[in-house]
Amino acid sequence: MSQPLANITEVLAKHKLSLADYEHIKQILGREPNLVEIGIFSAMWSEHCSYKSSKVHLRGFPTKAPWVIQGPGENAGVIDIGGGYAAVFKMESHNHPSFIEPYQGAATGVGGIMRDVFTMGARPIASLNSLRFGDVKEASKTGAHQRYLVRGVVEGIGGYGNCMGVPTIGGEMSFESCYNGNILVNAFNLGLAKADEIFYGRAEGIGNPVIYVGSKTGRDGLGGAVMSSDSFTEATKSLRPTVQVGDPFTEKLLLEACLELFKTDYVVGIQDMGAAGLTSSSFEMAGRAGSGMKMHLDQVPAREEGMVPYEFMLSESQERMLICAKKGSEAAIIEIFHKWDLDCAVIGEVTDTGRMELFWHGDKVADVPVAPVSEEAPMYERPMTRPSYLDAVNALHVDGFERVSNHAAFETMFTSLEVVDKSWVYGQYDSMVQTNTIKKGGMLDASVIRIKETGGALAMSADCNVRYCYIDPKGGAAVAVMEAGRNVAMSGARPLAITDCLNFGNPENPEVMWQFGQACLGIKEACAELSTPVIGGNVSLYNETNGVSVFPTPSIATVGVNEDQNRVLLSSFQREGNLLYLVGTTRAEFGGSLYLKEVCGVVGGTLPAIDYEAERALWELVIEANKQGLLSAAKDCSSGGVAIALAKMAATSGKGCNVIMNVEDEREIFAESFSRAIIEVSPEHRGAFEAMASKLPHAIIGTVGGAHFTCNDVAMPMDRLQALYFNTFQSVIEQDL
Amino acid sequence: MNVGIVQFPGTNCEYDTRYAFEQLGCTTQILWHKNDTVAANTDLLVVAGGFSYGDYLRSGAIARFSPIMQAVIDFAHKGGKVLGICNGFQVLTESRLLPGALKRNEHLHFLSRHHHLQVVSTDNAFLNRFTCNDIVNIPIAHHDGNYYIDEAGLRSLYDNDQVLLRYCDAQGNIANPNGSVDAIAGICNAQKNVFGLMPHPERAMESILGSSDGKRMLEGFLNA
Repeated sequence: MSQPLANITEVLAKHKLSLADYEHIKQILGREPNLVEIGIFSAMWSEHCSYKSSKVHLRGFPTKAPWVIQGPGENAGVIDIGGGYAAVFKMESHNHPSFIEPYQGAATGVGGIMRDVFTMGARPIASLNSLRFGDVKEASKTGAHQRYLVRGVVEGIGGYGNCMGVPTIGGEMSFESCYNGNILVNAFNLGLAKADEIFYGRAEGIGNPVIYVGSKTGRDGLGGAVMSSDSFTEATKSLRPTVQVGDPFTEKLLLEACLELFKTDYVVGIQDMGAAGLTSSSFEMAGRAGSGMKMHLDQVPAREEGMVPYEFMLSESQERMLICAKKGSEAAIIEIFHKWDLDCAVIGEVTDTGRMELFWHGDKVADVPVAPVSEEAPMYERPMTRPSYLDAVNALHVDGFERVSNHAAFETMFTSLEVVDKSWVYGQYDSMVQTNTIKKGGMLDASVIRIKETGGALAMSADCNVRYCYIDPKGGAAVAVMEAGRNVAMSGARPLAITDCLNFGNPENPEVMWQFGQACLGIKEACAELSTPVIGGNVSLYNETNGVSVFPTPSIATVGVNEDQNRVLLSSFQREGNLLYLVGTTRAEFGGSLYLKEVCGVVGGTLPAIDYEAERALWELVIEANKQGLLSAAKDCSSGGVAIALAKMAATSGKGCNVIMNVEDEREIFAESFSRAIIEVSPEHRGAFEAMASKLPHAIIGTVGGAHFTCNDVAMPMDRLQALYFNTFQSVIEQDL
Repeated sequence: MNVGIVQFPGTNCEYDTRYAFEQLGCTTQILWHKNDTVAANTDLLVVAGGFSYGDYLRSGAIARFSPIMQAVIDFAHKGGKVLGICNGFQVLTESRLLPGALKRNEHLHFLSRHHHLQVVSTDNAFLNRFTCNDIVNIPIAHHDGNYYIDEAGLRSLYDNDQVLLRYCDAQGNIANPNGSVDAIAGICNAQKNVFGLMPHPERAMESILGSSDGKRMLEGFLNA
């Protein structure tokens, strides 16, 4: 073991550890730590790995249901989807790296979430993403930089996912000034596995070998977990070396090799090396099983000479996995990985000491008890204060602004980047590989793939209206759960579970911490009410630059099952002459609305009323009526209200509509009351549908057809509607090229 | 019919291709790139889509040196039927089994969407179930689909009925998504036993996935 450190204050500062942490480490070790050990504690106790600020709030999330096979705590959550199969899914952020280096940051975000899924034994079959950018429309330097970030992130997501042969089938994207200094890149992946063949991240069985597979370890990404646990300043550009570089080709080989390995019975446990690399994978695998571990770091395949133990433990080189295998299977495992031209090395073994013992050419270079590193990690109950901005923001009301014609308001809202078609984005993603994609980017609401093995389909949707979360963090988070579930239900699938990705500002700011606490309460409430438990998630804090924090952004991805792949309900108009129903109650509710943002220029108001019973009833109606074949299309009403929902259905189908909505105030066609949907029904099913809908507020508001989109006093020829819808995004995003 | 499907490291459409041919009742076999022979009873070899060897250096450039490619080349030279889809098309041009080359898309973006194609020639095993000027709807998904051939080569392609498919819109008007010479989406060799196209017929086998036009293409091989 090497010498105690001389310049300890400097070392601690560099590792973002406090003096109290240092005393705690000394108490755990019973001696002074060396640099390798400091590095280990620094990574494991970083916000990113330890959830030290968020943990107290995450307790009590509903995580159980009869269909949940694995909840939070593993690499990804698992639900039973019937027919002997399981869906494995998770969503994760890669915000800080993507702001520093958009292509690689986003690409490795995709790579990381796919590894989380296939390490569980599942083949990744679908990806989504949830992206937030700043003022991309602006001519300013900030605007130009934002457009550069959009282009880089989109290309990075495509570059990685396309090469992996995993379809990116949808996502969401929105734009607010608060993201100018911190864009958000949340990547979701879902994999398919047999329900009784799930693999876990455990290292157990004394003497069982610990095997390293995948790419060689290099110096890239050193300290990434620590970097992403801090706010940004002007000096952040110098952090570029902490961003990992992705190689999707190697990951594709790693995927195929792992899937081949999973067909054998050699694996005891397996985990990917993500944030904090070899450190977190080894400690977590030993920790879950209550085991100890010996690792010989000189046996780890290295990309360059002269690397030291500290670097091996903290590198975040991509495309690597740690496997605990049955003793005696080493040669067979090595053969599989060599077939796929990948490195594979036995680097250690499981012990019963409960300690992580690290060696370098025979010398012990670190010796740390495993359990205390996670169990005794610092946990904060950070102070919380209701933000001072809320009163002023909540007091804003649509009546306080000058009236504009509905037609002018419509055109402004319909051309906002949040609304228009984003084929410029999703056209760069291979959405059809694996030949399962039924509903993809551009087809509105949830994305859907069929499952060849079961004949059913899986619907998934990632959502978060950040304006709602800004004016009411608790309600806004609950609405994200409602909306993601509603989108899934509109395809005829039953929502079963969610994964979340909680992106917030600086937790040391009591107002941000309050937002975080409130959002967690909202998720708990909505998930319990809607029977969609949380089966995994991720927290990203310190999304703050020069003191400006992002809006609370709890991204929610919901997954649901449709038993029949031939009964997937679409969201565009289907047939001229069909009836259009509005189901649900419309009130003059504009809090956090697109109308207030785009027409009045403010993010404010009070959140529309939440009614879980109405939400559940809407889901049931669509799911059951669709099973009976009564529906032609369904689309939820969200940002921009009924008018924008109808306009999207029209633009994407090329079919017009003639709608008269009964309103007290003409602006209500844009109101954003929750738990509503537009449902298209052919005239012959009118009676049967209305009988089923009798307990819900519902009304025929018009019919599909004609050369115009018409909704009350708003009318636009279809060719103009489609031109605006399909051309706006590209013209904005490519204006500098 | 026995279909062999080539699998390089980085190929990612081999299972889609297998599924498609099995739906047509074919027997399929995945051929690992280190194999240097092809089963004697093989009726069709498919070089499937993906990113062989990561498409590093140049799409298809490294795959061309794989042991299996010598077997594919021998098979083709003996008159065996070979179909290259997307990355497979790139591999076949790199291997000189097909003329021309595939460059980066003109606008430099990866491009994934359904695209209409106009059937240009039907006097071959691949498109014998179509008539000229038929319009089909088939997914494309590529970064390097910009087909290039010099003028003399182009003339010779037309002279021998080697241009199979051109990109068009739903009405049949030529629409060029990637900058290809003459909006060419697929070609065959002069002997009409080696076929290459950028669009993915194996992704257009069922109407619930958006189109079943690819089925008629692959079915062409059944009775050829």
